[in-house]
Amino acid sequence: MADEEIFRAETRAWLEANCPPAMREPVTGLDDVYWGGRNGRFSSPEQQAWFEAMAARGWTVPDWPKDYGGGGLSPSETKILREEMAALGCRSPLHSFGIWMLGPALLKFGTEEQKRRYLPDIAQGRIRWCQGYSEPGAGSDLAGLQTRAEDKGDHWLVNGQKIWTSYADKADWIFCLVRTDPAQKQGGISFLLFDMASPGVSTRPILLISGSSPFCETFFDDVKVPKEQIVGAVNQGWTVAKYLLGHEREMISAMGFGSGDPSLGRDLAERLGAFANPVLRAEVALHDVDMLAFRAMSEKFLDEFKAGLAHPAQPSMMKYAGTELNKRRLELEMAAGGTDALVWGDDNAVSRHWLRSKANSIEGGTSEIQLGIIAKHILNLPGA
Amino acid sequence: MALFLTEEQVMLKDMAGPFLADQAPVKHLRQLRDANDAAGFSRDLWRRFGEMGLAGVLVPEAQGGGGLGHVEAGIVLEEIGRNLSPSPFLSTAVAAVTAIGGADAELRARWLPGIATGETVAAIAVDEGRRHDPANVALAAERSGNGFRLNGAKRFVVHGHVADLLIVAARTSSDVGEMRGITLFAVEKGAAGLTADPVRMVDSSIAAEMLFEDVEVDAGAVIGTVDDGWSLLTRTLDAGRVGAAAEMLGVGGAAMAMTMDYLRQRKQFGRLIGEFQALQHRAAHLYSELEIARAATLKAAQLMDADDPKAELMAAVAKAKAGKAAMLAVQEGVQMHGGIGMTDEYDIGLYMKRHRLLDELFGDTAFHAERVARLNNY
Repeated sequence: MADEEIFRAETRAWLEANCPPAMREPVTGLDDVYWGGRNGRFSSPEQQAWFEAMAARGWTVPDWPKDYGGGGLSPSETKILREEMAALGCRSPLHSFGIWMLGPALLKFGTEEQKRRYLPDIAQGRIRWCQGYSEPGAGSDLAGLQTRAEDKGDHWLVNGQKIWTSYADKADWIFCLVRTDPAQKQGGISFLLFDMASPGVSTRPILLISGSSPFCETFFDDVKVPKEQIVGAVNQGWTVAKYLLGHEREMISAMGFGSGDPSLGRDLAERLGAFANPVLRAEVALHDVDMLAFRAMSEKFLDEFKAGLAHPAQPSMMKYAGTELNKRRLELEMAAGGTDALVWGDDNAVSRHWLRSKANSIEGGTSEIQLGIIAKHILNLPGA
Repeated sequence: MALFLTEEQVMLKDMAGPFLADQAPVKHLRQLRDANDAAGFSRDLWRRFGEMGLAGVLVPEAQGGGGLGHVEAGIVLEEIGRNLSPSPFLSTAVAAVTAIGGADAELRARWLPGIATGETVAAIAVDEGRRHDPANVALAAERSGNGFRLNGAKRFVVHGHVADLLIVAARTSSDVGEMRGITLFAVEKGAAGLTADPVRMVDSSIAAEMLFEDVEVDAGAVIGTVDDGWSLLTRTLDAGRVGAAAEMLGVGGAAMAMTMDYLRQRKQFGRLIGEFQALQHRAAHLYSELEIARAATLKAAQLMDADDPKAELMAAVAKAKAGKAAMLAVQEGVQMHGGIGMTDEYDIGLYMKRHRLLDELFGDTAFHAERVARLNNY
């Protein structure tokens, strides 16, 4: 216990000294987050200093082993670091699908060579990854995917199309589900890694109702992938994919629940003045009850997950509850803002966040898919 | 501290669960109800709580208790809720012990050992109106000789008709509605001028309407400080609220388990009704709500045990969320059982009745959502 308190004090002092004040302000726009990669650009010297200070300690991935570029912290130390960052309002130094999704999958399923090749680049933000899962004909029924990878002896030959590939137009590499056995469904899928600069890869951004284009269509036309760039065995990709989806759900469920914002009602009253309508105030208060309860749930889930106590399907519950709550919060922000909130405005206008939030309960497995998983795997209901 | 039960806490759960399932299952509640039992619970069972070390869970070891916390009390309460066990645990072992914890050494020595052994039953006399509103205390305590004279009425005093000890919130100054001017008193059973009218509630438990007519107590009966009882009253009520939330998790959890069993057995249209997606999705939503309520309740209990200033907010969140989640569990329980869920013979209705009382006790979801708004200055 004493050691933990020493670590807490040292961590707090280090954060105080190394996190610039500007990096303790709430994130309000796309420029406020750094995604790294070959073409990554810092929007300010403070953003760069903060990222470099954290990356030098391996604290972009505090709980990964030091051998792979991580911070080597224990679960309790990682929790303390998160708590101290939240207490100061520190921004995340690096946003990364490599950290949230691919890294955990490589740590579990990758070969030693793969871990040493890919993980340090993720930790240092040198390579930006995207995820090739959904296809036009394979959304909720993801295992129906058709993108083919043929074994050509010394390489895989990939042909097909992905959709809803987040930031594919900005990514350096892709982790991608491909069909290696057309005769099997789940059992005919493999997990490949390849460079987006490979000949035959092209992307096209999709314009959403929110006016932004965070997703792309991605096309593969005779793309050659070296044989060793497969994670897990051939036709075992579904196992890797399910594990990784759990991490994605965990991440999406935590959206909108970063540092600060412990009360929507207080936040709205400070920005817009006291509630004039008691019905709206009551709806916001009930939201805050659910939001604060869900924050406790997030903490509990994370603690249980790290201790190996979480039910394997629990991320589905987190994803379902977190995304539905986020949609509700944005509906209330729209209502509280009244006609002001109807302004189209820039990328950061509340109307645009409201529209974007509607995807939360669709991407990464719809709410209906999550409820089905809970019914089958946690409640053991028949035929689910 | 991690937000899940420690090994010792899991051991307590593994002890309390079978103890209650064996000694006080739903059948025990039915027996008391059908016999129109005057106490509403069994004194023998309460003594066994004492023998098992459960009645004194929050009592300091120096006074014969376990010296444990609200997390441990919540573990016991969840099992009480699961079995619908009638007992004075919540009012006595949780709320009254918290109140007496703020009293002087004499009062602590007078009451805590008896609670720990399961001899003493205590009740909380706060409510005066239809809905919980503790600032609205009007029952007057005027100085008289070296003590006080109490006049007024309390209602919804759970176990008040048989309690050996009443924790009474009285007004010693200021106007009704103000937090200032409230004082807590420890009033003994049989005090002259004190009468109790037992009322059978919807869940077959008994709460009393209590009349105070020139009830004289000496200065030693004051718990804490005169006029300044609000914060201790809040802590007492919050202990009760987090405890009631934990009990509701047991009520809701058992209702959900019964309902899931039913969905796996009942056939209509040649299929198990649990195969229907309409029911599966509602069941999964219910699971999600109960899990979140469990996290909020455990968090509130941990914060109370750590004397954290955020405990008050989280106690309100826990009571509101557990009330809503367990309400969903019992309502969906009755609906998914169909006609059989409406019968007295089947247990699911008993769970709905118990939830209704616990939801109201110490403030319902509306009361606590309002409190969340005020604590956040909006």
